[in-house]
Amino acid sequence: MQYAMLIYSDEAKEPKPGTKEFDDYMGAYFAFSDEVKKNGMFQFGNALEGVGAATTVKVRDGQTTTIDGPFAETKEQLGGLYVLECKDLDEAIEYAKRIPTAKHGSIEIRPILNFDQE
Amino acid sequence: MTPSTREAAARVFRDHSGRVLATLIRQLGDFDRAEDALQDALTRALETWPEAGIPDEPAAWLITTARNKAIDRLRRERNFAAKQDEIRMTVERWSPAPDAEDDSHIADDQLKLIFTACHPALSMEARVALTLRTLGGLTTREIARAFLVPEATMAQRLVRAKKKIRLAGIPYQVPDASRLPERLDGVLAVLYLIFNEGYAASAGDVLVRQDLSSEAIRLSKLVCELAPDEPEALGLTALMLLHDARRTARVSDSGELVTLEEQNRALWDKKQIFLGLTYLDRAMRLRRPRSYQLQAAISACHASAASAEATNWTRIVELYDHLWKLTSSPIVALNRAAAIGMARGPEDGLKELEQVASLGNYYLLHAARADLLRRSGRLQEAASAYDEALAHVTNDTERSYLRRRRRDLPGVH
Repeated sequence: MQYAMLIYSDEAKEPKPGTKEFDDYMGAYFAFSDEVKKNGMFQFGNALEGVGAATTVKVRDGQTTTIDGPFAETKEQLGGLYVLECKDLDEAIEYAKRIPTAKHGSIEIRPILNFDQE
Repeated sequence: MTPSTREAAARVFRDHSGRVLATLIRQLGDFDRAEDALQDALTRALETWPEAGIPDEPAAWLITTARNKAIDRLRRERNFAAKQDEIRMTVERWSPAPDAEDDSHIADDQLKLIFTACHPALSMEARVALTLRTLGGLTTREIARAFLVPEATMAQRLVRAKKKIRLAGIPYQVPDASRLPERLDGVLAVLYLIFNEGYAASAGDVLVRQDLSSEAIRLSKLVCELAPDEPEALGLTALMLLHDARRTARVSDSGELVTLEEQNRALWDKKQIFLGLTYLDRAMRLRRPRSYQLQAAISACHASAASAEATNWTRIVELYDHLWKLTSSPIVALNRAAAIGMARGPEDGLKELEQVASLGNYYLLHAARADLLRRSGRLQEAASAYDEALAHVTNDTERSYLRRRRRDLPGVH
């Protein structure tokens, strides 16, 4: 099964570039990405620019509204994601636990919808 | 079918359907298919057992029949061609032969299922409902009655839970050794909740409630077989056995709650107490005391005392001290204060109780205070405390107990 690992965190709590924490944090991400690429689980993954770069668009009755900022103003924001091929939810949880942001943010695990199965 | 055969069959269904369902879920890889197949097999049993008699191995009979019924169902489904693969796969999964479905296989299947049903990715409500439905063999209606919710609500809860298992890919397996302790805690929490639901003297069908407690104990014993070195699993089994041994003594003929102090100890189930102490002993020898073990040890102090006065209250206070350090639960603090009242006198208990602030107006706080005041002879104050407790109690059995206590205070109106 494919699982999306949606990485949420409070941007204010993220390690700041130029600090040792930041270097360690990035190092942990590179190591994790390398591992899931080597073992064949990796389908997709990337970090997102901060919510300062977010734009939200909606179309109602043919009218387009474009707004500065993220869809939801919450404390923890989507900061990146992986899509991994896992055997089952237990394996997905094992890998989600090891995503570096899990230590200060949260990882939401969502199965990729399988249209054949529905 | 004669009433006696029907009764015997009903008992067999009750005893075996949970176990049979666990095996069918493994074989069919699907909760709903397994439930349908079991239902078909039970119908078939009602048709054939009156003449043929109840088979020697009813569980194996039900599994074989359900399997055949499942194949029938698969064949009947419309897109037969597309199902060919599924039928072949299902049949392949069904080797070894059905008579190899011995007790150890069946126990294995139940253990896997318990970890699926109690998976932390499911809500607590869903875990409890699924465990009772799939492992306890209780009907949706019985579970709904036990938890005082409409049957439709419970049915919906079960449907959602099964859907989540399927869509989220919750596996059907016993977690490996590294994950076992963490996952075990979740399983034990579900079992204890089920037990308490069956043990609490609140409204609901008495027989169903007894079933809940018995199921929790049976499953907890099963978990102990899987994890014989997990002290908390042993501790919880001991705790439930010791509590359950007092079941008949804790409610009077008229349905009133009888406190530990007032219980007729001759009614306690000695055999079950002995079994509980055996589990506790095994747990304690592993030297990793935690919450369930400490609670069981407290229960054991009561269970092995000839009377309330003969109880080793000093030891109970020590155990509560330990439990308080582990949990910091206000309920533990409350019980600790009551135990101190018994060990050193009610005034000391009242002093301890003043430290328990975070319970606000919870009726147990007032009830404990009332009890200590009564013991120290401060009857007028005790009466006001009982009134406070009565103002906040929600459970009818507890209410009538408090009323009686209030009424029995000498010289107070």
